[in-house]
Amino acid sequence: MQTTAPTFPRLLLAHAQAQPESPAVREKDLGIWQTWTWNAVAQEVREIACGLASLGFKAFDNLAIVGANRPHLYMAVIAAQSLRGVPVPLYQDAVASEMVFMLQDASIEFVIVEDQEQVDKLLECRELQTGKQPSIRHIIYDDPKGLRHYDQPGLMSYEQLRELGRAFDKANVGHYDRAVASGEATDVGVILYTSGTTGRPKGVCQTHASFIAAGRGGVETDKLGPGDNIMSYLPMAWVGDHLFSVAQWLVGGFTLNCPESSETVMNDMREIGPSYYFGPPRTFEGLLTAVSIRMEDAARPKRWLYAKFMALAQRVGADILNGATVSTGDRLMYGLGNLLIYGPLRNVLGMSRIRVAYTAGAAIGPDLFRFYRSIGVNLKQFYGQTETCAYVCLQQDGKVKLQTVGTAAPGIELKIADDGEVLVRGVSVLKEYYKRPDATAEVLDANGYFHTGDAGVLDSEGHLRIIDRAKDVGRLVSGAIFAPNYIENKLKFFPQIKEAVCFGNGRDEVCAAINIDFEAVGNWAERRGLAYGGYVDLAGKPEVLALVGECIAKVNADLASEDGMGETQIARFLVLHKELDPDDDELTRTRKVRRGFIAEKYAVLVGALYGGKTEQYIETQVKFEDGRTGVVSATLKIVEARTFPIVKAAA
Amino acid sequence: MSNRKIGDVVLDVQNISLSFGGVKALTDISFDVREHEVRAIIGPNGAGKSSMLNCINGVYWPQQGSITFRGHTFKHMNSRQVAEMGVARTFQNLALFKGMSVLDNIMTGRNLRMKSNLFQQAIRWGAAEREETRHREFVERIIDFLEIQAHRKTPVGQLPYGLQKRVDLGRALAMEPQVLLLDEPMAGMNVEEKQDMSRFILDVNDEFGSTIVLIEHDMGVVMDISDRVVVLDYGKKIGDGTPDEVRSNDNVIRAYLGVEH
Repeated sequence: MQTTAPTFPRLLLAHAQAQPESPAVREKDLGIWQTWTWNAVAQEVREIACGLASLGFKAFDNLAIVGANRPHLYMAVIAAQSLRGVPVPLYQDAVASEMVFMLQDASIEFVIVEDQEQVDKLLECRELQTGKQPSIRHIIYDDPKGLRHYDQPGLMSYEQLRELGRAFDKANVGHYDRAVASGEATDVGVILYTSGTTGRPKGVCQTHASFIAAGRGGVETDKLGPGDNIMSYLPMAWVGDHLFSVAQWLVGGFTLNCPESSETVMNDMREIGPSYYFGPPRTFEGLLTAVSIRMEDAARPKRWLYAKFMALAQRVGADILNGATVSTGDRLMYGLGNLLIYGPLRNVLGMSRIRVAYTAGAAIGPDLFRFYRSIGVNLKQFYGQTETCAYVCLQQDGKVKLQTVGTAAPGIELKIADDGEVLVRGVSVLKEYYKRPDATAEVLDANGYFHTGDAGVLDSEGHLRIIDRAKDVGRLVSGAIFAPNYIENKLKFFPQIKEAVCFGNGRDEVCAAINIDFEAVGNWAERRGLAYGGYVDLAGKPEVLALVGECIAKVNADLASEDGMGETQIARFLVLHKELDPDDDELTRTRKVRRGFIAEKYAVLVGALYGGKTEQYIETQVKFEDGRTGVVSATLKIVEARTFPIVKAAA
Repeated sequence: MSNRKIGDVVLDVQNISLSFGGVKALTDISFDVREHEVRAIIGPNGAGKSSMLNCINGVYWPQQGSITFRGHTFKHMNSRQVAEMGVARTFQNLALFKGMSVLDNIMTGRNLRMKSNLFQQAIRWGAAEREETRHREFVERIIDFLEIQAHRKTPVGQLPYGLQKRVDLGRALAMEPQVLLLDEPMAGMNVEEKQDMSRFILDVNDEFGSTIVLIEHDMGVVMDISDRVVVLDYGKKIGDGTPDEVRSNDNVIRAYLGVEH
């Protein structure tokens, strides 16, 4: 069901009229799935909007939204838009000192938060703001647990706000309807902050028109609509969640499902059986790791069966999904495998009813991608960034190429600059960075092209292949092209490796720092009866170093056989003594490694890698989520990796 | 941050003495517990902390002294009677049903509050079913409160120790106790688990309005979360007061840090 309303609040009203009793949102609460119909959502949005209006929230004001994926918070997004205001979702795991920057930058006076944890943080932010104008006036919380005795000024519960809204609506008949009617497609519909891979976060202003166009493109490509279910579990501040859980939701009119807590997502997904799913590569990676661990613990016959059928799937599964020709015998065997292995496996992953699944946010390892497609999950990639509503390229059904992110999405024009950078023009390109004309001018050129900062190539069929960040791509002393992300992604496909950082630009060889996956390697150690006393100890075990060494050797063998990549084999590596963490600024909030920062912070280690040492002592400060700090120290071994002679491509 | 109202005395322990044969476990101990407060009993190993709790709990019967709970004085009362009066406890060494799920374990805490008899519960019909639904709802609130939704259906034996402790607390909470006795709730936990537990104890005190008596030998934790502290050593009371008072008490310092000879 599609409507042509020009703004999100009007899309909501259209659904409330066309399918008032269909489920719009579900949330698991106290063990039971609660449902809001489109009618109920429209009613509640109206109440919140009126409540905000009664507190003085007006057109072009910004409303910060901080919390996990709760129906009430999604409704707050539309409520702010209803008043021609702008919702500003913020990452809920950001610490106060980070968050205060965005609150200040967006002149936030109104905040809707999830619970006590966030209230405490916002109160802390308010103290940090002293003296500067304007500061937070109202904090509205969804979950009252633990907040009964708070008496700070400006605190209010979600239910109190609704009550205010009902009263306001009675007293000001027509205020809400007039506000919704006055909204225009060219109004800014949301401000999303970039994760800040480079420098301070910037607020990306996107109009209703952009996000509606992006939503419509996706909905039409995959024929989404009422009856489809999607799981909303990724941060609301991420552009992907806004595209899927707000834009596509309101354009397509399907059902949004919110998990009980971040830890129950797997279970909740099995119960809902979503037909539409999206996640960054690391989510798919995490799922696969969990399955691999359990498979290793399974009985021998099961392991044999699994290995047998997975080999078959690797060979023909992707072709079957793409509709290519496959022999009848293989098809029969695949059917049997579907009954015995793939079906149950999809069920465990909560993907039994998946019609289409998407991944984006970072390049996905080809092996990982192939795994999901081979077991019959229609996993596809899309490509885009906050500045383009995450909507630039989409893989169309039947035309999925492993190495590419697909062709330009409807309404989008692509161009590759001379230096390899991908340029984008079209419906989804940002209006501007909030209050940053200088930064806007840097990325938007006179012809309306947005400069993505990614290096890519277009193939003969118009499929875009992203190699790396344009600024990350470097060269070794020998002149060979060094694409760190490309190598790191190969490494991260191993379940034992959680994170990897490669160095090599301007050096004579490539070295790597590795983060083990504590769960996977811990399990591996337990099965070998290898005793360890925590992360630091496990990461330093010679057996673990050997295990990581094997993974690296396999990657090197791979690189040696690839055209132009042979010289960037990893020469030496070390295993880090602590997990890279966004709280320590080593990863962005979307968990991309900040290579430059890491190289600086661990300069001693990088020095040791290239300095021919065999081990290096290091002390590192760590920040806990509550803001306290501690120190971990260890002596790390530098290990030589096995490299392979470069295979010359057959002429 | 919170402004809980600390009320009148709910539990008054007077001149308790307990001995096992010739071994004196407790000698002439008196203290009181006020409504809504967090009251800690601390002391070195073997000081008599658990014995004290067992006296309140009706497991041990002290030879001398009396315990007054909300105006009712008793000398001999068995554990069930104490539980019916609204006193719940958790155990130092966990006493959970390892093979049962988290949900079922906490459900057992509702047992005293169920009106239907065994037969009705077994066929689960009519009033018994409605009753179970009501109790289940309360249990779900506890699960939500203790943030263990992800483990609802997991057998308790498979959970890490820190989470088992949380389930133990959940089961005690399911009784809707007026007084909650916690026997070393943080024993054997790492720093992070201790922090979580401290937060839950304060939240329980705040949200459920329960009065809390806890035993602990980790001084740091106790001082942070208690309103008043009793210090025992070799079965005798050597200190009683606010954490600050206790911290500067010479006898306490001597018992914990030793004394120069």
